[in-house]
Amino acid sequence: MGEPIGSAAGAVLAEHSHGVGAPATTRAQLLRSRDVADFPIVTGREEEWRFTPIRRLRGLSNGTFVPAPVGLSYHSLSIPDGVTVTCTPRESAQFGAVLTPFDRVSAQAMTSATDAVTVEVAPNAAPTEPIVLRVEGKGAHHGVAFGHTVLNVGASAQAVVVLDHVGSATLADNVEISVGANASLRLISIADWDRDAVQLQHHKARLDRDASLTHIAVTLGGDVVRQYTSVEFAGRGAQVDAYGIYFADAGQHLEHRLLMDHGVPDCRSNVGYRGALQGQDAHTVWVGDVLIRPEATGTQTYEINRNLVLTDGARADSVPNLEIQTGEVVSAGHASATGRFDDEQLFYLQARGIPEAEARRLVVRGFFAELVNKIGLPDIQDRLSSAIEARLAVRGV
Amino acid sequence: MSTLEIKDLHVNVTTGDGEEKAILNGVNLVVNSGQTHAVMGPNGSGKSTLAYAIAGHPRYTVTSGSITLDGQDVLALSVDERARAGLFLAMQYPVEVAGVSVANFLRTAATALRGQAPAVRTWVKEVKAAMDKLGMDPAFSERNVNEGFSGGEKKRHEILQLELLKPRFAILDETDSGLDIDALRVVSEGVNRVRETGDTGVLLITHYTRILRYIKPDMVHVFVGGAIVEEGGPELAERLEAEGYERFIPVKAALSVTL
Repeated sequence: MGEPIGSAAGAVLAEHSHGVGAPATTRAQLLRSRDVADFPIVTGREEEWRFTPIRRLRGLSNGTFVPAPVGLSYHSLSIPDGVTVTCTPRESAQFGAVLTPFDRVSAQAMTSATDAVTVEVAPNAAPTEPIVLRVEGKGAHHGVAFGHTVLNVGASAQAVVVLDHVGSATLADNVEISVGANASLRLISIADWDRDAVQLQHHKARLDRDASLTHIAVTLGGDVVRQYTSVEFAGRGAQVDAYGIYFADAGQHLEHRLLMDHGVPDCRSNVGYRGALQGQDAHTVWVGDVLIRPEATGTQTYEINRNLVLTDGARADSVPNLEIQTGEVVSAGHASATGRFDDEQLFYLQARGIPEAEARRLVVRGFFAELVNKIGLPDIQDRLSSAIEARLAVRGV
Repeated sequence: MSTLEIKDLHVNVTTGDGEEKAILNGVNLVVNSGQTHAVMGPNGSGKSTLAYAIAGHPRYTVTSGSITLDGQDVLALSVDERARAGLFLAMQYPVEVAGVSVANFLRTAATALRGQAPAVRTWVKEVKAAMDKLGMDPAFSERNVNEGFSGGEKKRHEILQLELLKPRFAILDETDSGLDIDALRVVSEGVNRVRETGDTGVLLITHYTRILRYIKPDMVHVFVGGAIVEEGGPELAERLEAEGYERFIPVKAALSVTL
């Protein structure tokens, strides 16, 4: 059954009171359950679904989907020392240990996924190579696939994990991330789907004391990609940097939602997402929620989303939400900016002899450069830069 | 030798609310390579409009007249084509380009202007030497273009480009504004190095006479109300320094009072 906040048994939230006039609901106060039956079907009128094209979800919104016989494969391309990658059945204790789904599609995935791919990094391990997990879709029209991934980083370990989504699929999946005390994880999740893919994914991270997570979402491909990244702070001194890079072409819907849930003191969250859009009906959505609970004193948080609209006909929605329930924060801020090419920038570059198309490429490359460099893996950075250049070349922007 | 010729140039600017407003009302000017012409005038006289119109900024529309470079119609060229034809504008307010390093920017510009990428070894040396002469730290080339630059750094960066890109004609739009004496001297020395090559014609647009102590013009043009109202040699600058622009500004109709 469903569990409203404040109830026992697996509810993530603790009971808390609101001052008079506080908002009735926030993202964090919604129903949570592992069972899809607890959620009403999604109509698109719900606040959290209002931007999503429900009709393009191939039945994931209301249970009318057709399951795919074989929809997906996972390949661990490299498994360094100190790391194990296994396939664990849904009955294992880890399944649902970090995430209790917030919404119907995430709950559907948790209800329907049969196994989890589990990556374990041993305590104190510090593999020098990244752990690369390639998630390959076998075709978007074979039916709907469900996935589940568990990433456990042991105490004081340090690791880099790449989740590389390629091919095509209609997929709903959850990723449960646990970063142990004093451990650090850099996770790069790439949605490089073929054009016809649909993916709805929830990343839930739980950070123990002094843990640190750098989460980088790269979203390029697919017809609809909706990624929800939520972070729960389970111990003091934990910190997360969540970055996102996305590029929507004509007709694509790329949606990113975040929840930084500060429930313990002295944690830090920093969110920076940047997107570019081009072509008719390219649509991006960014909704960044930060919740600072009464007990989360000493919190530092900042979130910013920037969008570069390259052509007419594209639409970027950007909604930062900051809910602060204690006066004792160190800093809390948010910003959002959506704009077109800056004519003065183009003029400056062209006045130095640089042709217009190349000047535009320079500006777009520069727009993403700071975040691309956070990836720290030259192969992936090059691949991403090439993908962006190719997009620009197609559109002749 | 090259010649930049401006004939009876009329230019409108598109204002913020989309209105067209006439700024230049028939400008005539001829600059030959190796020469330095100072264009001086009060604020709002249209000096910067002249600079932007030559460079081809989209906000400015030429309604009549011509600009030619050795007979070639400059107005028919796009902004980047004008630069490749040999025109350079040192901007009064250089624009930030986030995520693009100075090194990358300079190399991209040099590649575009030369038609091929400069050889890495000689280019790096060339850039380093030019930066050194302008008193710029080598770490400067790793910074993003104009991002967080001080006023003096922006102007040095403009002159660095001038020295590296070696245009046929350089228009310096109030490069001296807002500089302290030390920075003004460094920037002026850079301009003088370019002048000494004898290959570049300079159009020095300025409000103040101070820079003319460091850069000696061959000709001085006084610009008022969107046109040149007086021309002369360097002595005209000295007169402007002593007298200001008052005598060029039309006296408002005398107040008539009936007692």
